[in-house]
Amino acid sequence: MEKFTILKQAVAGTVESSDLQIIIDRNEGGGIDIDLNSSVINQYGRRIKEVIMNTLQHLGVEEAKLLVTDKGALDCTIIARTIAVVHRAAEKTEEINWEALEEWNV
Amino acid sequence: MERLRRTMMFVPASNAGMLRDAYIYGADSIMFDLEDSISLKEKDTARFLVYQAVKTIDYGNVETVVRINALDQGGKQDVHAMVRAGIDVIRLPKTETAQDILDVEAVILEAEKASGKEEGTTKMMAAIEGPVGVLNALSIASASKRLIGIALGAEDYVTSMKTKRYPERNSEEIFFARSMIVHAARAVGIAAIDTVFSDVEDMDTLRKEVEFIKQLGFDGKSVINPRQIPVVNSVFTPTEKEIHQAMAVMLAIEEAEAKGSGVIALNGKMIDKPIVERAERVLRLAEAQGMYRKGE
Amino acid sequence: MAKNKLGRDIPENYQDAFGLFEGAFERRHTYKRASGQVTSVKPGESKLLGSIQEAIEKTGLKDGMTISFHHHFREGDRVLNMVMAEIAAMGIKNLTLASSSIANVHEPLIEYIENGVITNITSSGLRDKLGAYISKGRMENPVVIRSHGGRARAIEKDEIHIDVAFLGAPSADCYGNANGSHGKANCGSLGYAKVDAEFADQVVIITDNLVPYPNTPVSIPQNHVDYVVQVDTIGDPNGIAKGATRITTNPKELLIAEHASKVIAASPYYKEGFSFQSGTGGSTLAVARFLQESMRKDGIKAGFALGGLTGHLCNMLEEGLIEKIIDTQCFDRGAIESMKNNEHHYEISASFYANPANKGAAVNQLDVVVLSALEIDTQFNVNVMTGSDGIIRGASGGHSDASAGAKMSMVLTPLIRGRIPTIVEEVNTIITPGESIDVVVTEIGIAINPQREDLMEAFKDVNIPKFTMEELKEKAYAVVGKPDPIEYGDKVVALIEYRDGSLIDVVRNVKE
Repeated sequence: MEKFTILKQAVAGTVESSDLQIIIDRNEGGGIDIDLNSSVINQYGRRIKEVIMNTLQHLGVEEAKLLVTDKGALDCTIIARTIAVVHRAAEKTEEINWEALEEWNV
Repeated sequence: MERLRRTMMFVPASNAGMLRDAYIYGADSIMFDLEDSISLKEKDTARFLVYQAVKTIDYGNVETVVRINALDQGGKQDVHAMVRAGIDVIRLPKTETAQDILDVEAVILEAEKASGKEEGTTKMMAAIEGPVGVLNALSIASASKRLIGIALGAEDYVTSMKTKRYPERNSEEIFFARSMIVHAARAVGIAAIDTVFSDVEDMDTLRKEVEFIKQLGFDGKSVINPRQIPVVNSVFTPTEKEIHQAMAVMLAIEEAEAKGSGVIALNGKMIDKPIVERAERVLRLAEAQGMYRKGE
Repeated sequence: MAKNKLGRDIPENYQDAFGLFEGAFERRHTYKRASGQVTSVKPGESKLLGSIQEAIEKTGLKDGMTISFHHHFREGDRVLNMVMAEIAAMGIKNLTLASSSIANVHEPLIEYIENGVITNITSSGLRDKLGAYISKGRMENPVVIRSHGGRARAIEKDEIHIDVAFLGAPSADCYGNANGSHGKANCGSLGYAKVDAEFADQVVIITDNLVPYPNTPVSIPQNHVDYVVQVDTIGDPNGIAKGATRITTNPKELLIAEHASKVIAASPYYKEGFSFQSGTGGSTLAVARFLQESMRKDGIKAGFALGGLTGHLCNMLEEGLIEKIIDTQCFDRGAIESMKNNEHHYEISASFYANPANKGAAVNQLDVVVLSALEIDTQFNVNVMTGSDGIIRGASGGHSDASAGAKMSMVLTPLIRGRIPTIVEEVNTIITPGESIDVVVTEIGIAINPQREDLMEAFKDVNIPKFTMEELKEKAYAVVGKPDPIEYGDKVVALIEYRDGSLIDVVRNVKE
């Protein structure tokens, strides 16, 4: 498994309808902390956090602070934005390890 | 039989909302664009977005196409992502030579092998957007068995030709390019797709343009707005008369086969293979518009 | 706690007062009509008063009384806020507000509830700000939500007794003859107001357009009016009615509308002289455009259209595609002008339109109605009241009335809105019972209520995929995931009265 470490702050996604924006930053000694704002927080808040957590776990991210603004994004968009922001924060946007991603991303 | 490709709808890969709704618009093919509609700094996020979308979303019978970047500008990553996602077709921008096709095909093969996908399942399409590509249309179209079609990208082409688009003058400036592309496509047996029509308010000129390219033999047209789809489809929809004639042809064949007769005639004229193929195509187009169902 | 026929829990104290919903047509009403108090007006006496404050004093409005307003001015209304400001300033408290509906512009009501000026509300709807406030449980007594027909029934049977009705009129004379068709803040039909005028003890007409006696046409007659007050402005014309309602260009909505039009054309009701009511926005309005084309092609004219409606149907009236329009509410300039100028466009009261208890309402004569929904469940029950988050934001309106009366009731809805499935296992709040809904139309296909075998037969050959509601729900959940259920508290914040007076559902507070 490839482990990603958050080296710097990064952003991915937009606040357009059906999208979500994630601002990720380091969180030394703090584990994973997700601050979620969502237009569907009551119905899907739990699920959105769950999807983000799972994706972070699969990417081997152990410490990160996330500020998430959701506008009704589907799971696939949430996963895509999480993968993208982690790659940016870990400075691994040039060569992408597709095999590692495909291991868990079915 | 080859699928219908009357409309190929452009969808920017960065628009999460459009990615999920793209299938409802009634286009035969959807083309997710990672190239010109995506800013340089968002190429990575757009790639992950459409990768995840194609993996997850059920686009039904709609053909999924992705326009990748040039290989040295992220295209390699695009191919690896989209082959794994299960995209139907990889579309190359600005194809100039057969070698361009071979270069991309090599990356596709690499990706198929690495991901355990059956080799050859990912198809290709070439967009020809300049004079070199136009002149090389036949060799481009023949370059790979994966190619299902070639398309004209007229905006870049007219710029290279030192002219501009004149839709009000029947677009004569791209007539040669259109002819080369449709000839190359027919010579090899793949689809010919015409260039986009950028004025989304002008449905009348769009219709005229589609009527013209249909006359030339094109299979379909790229569209940039869902509202253009019904217009294009209606031009490709056969008339009631054409449908009845086609049905008569198919009926004559059935009757002849039942009788064991070798030669098939309808109204005193012999029905040979080209007539049958045209009839079949008419019925397929009619079926797609809900105007005909087999067995009626 | 008892369960009504649809399985909804109704607290016992309310059960006794209203009765449990047992079916759309379980009740037959026999009653003596209520009526308003009268004090004679002699020759030489004037009804004209100098201010709203004077009107409130003269009516003798006291603590604990019931006041009413109409909602024909929608978001352009000034009347309710103006009158409430005076009432509050005079220190009157504990009032019941029986407005036909409430708009977002009435947000100041929150303050009056906080201060005890208003302690009870009955209305068709509550809209965003007030709805959210009520959903949080801030008002002590639950709001009673009534459909247009239900409100008329309640007033006619004296279940709502209006002490004072404050009715904004775009045009009125000194004796109170009022209409909505003339004046700068005109709104067309005064259908809701007509009921209040007939049954309230005291009626105050508030106008910004006093015209010479006698004012015609007469929607509200002088013999029902006690006082007339002239003010600078009763409403903002732009808030009252849009120029022309635009037909949607959203491809999904158009696809739904196209499907719906095909369904109507394939139904046994689509023939010369048929009648319909369509919605005023989105797919439900776009259907009119597709239907128009079919009607022209097939040479079919509609006998009548039922309103609330927009200018599009009025254009069809002009063209001769519709013979007559009977109308409770005009939504845009086109409809307002049509009612004023076209002799075949008639005003009807809310009781005439939809009261289930009277001697037969217009909805009983309707062939086809096209409706929308916030949510609809696998039993076809419809919610137009609370969002998927359980917060009150909509209105009952004429939904349950028209769908009960019409021979074929259709609900048009996208499968999903954003990340919210519209087809669900159980709706948050039932406004219209499933037995009233015959066909559901989404962008991916239609579902026909199994109780309508005749329609299943009629639509056999329609070239649109058919699903069960269960299948549609699964498809929606497959895309967005199954939503977590809303956590409600124990406080009942709204009672949903079905048009016949029984309780079809209740709304509880949403936990914050």
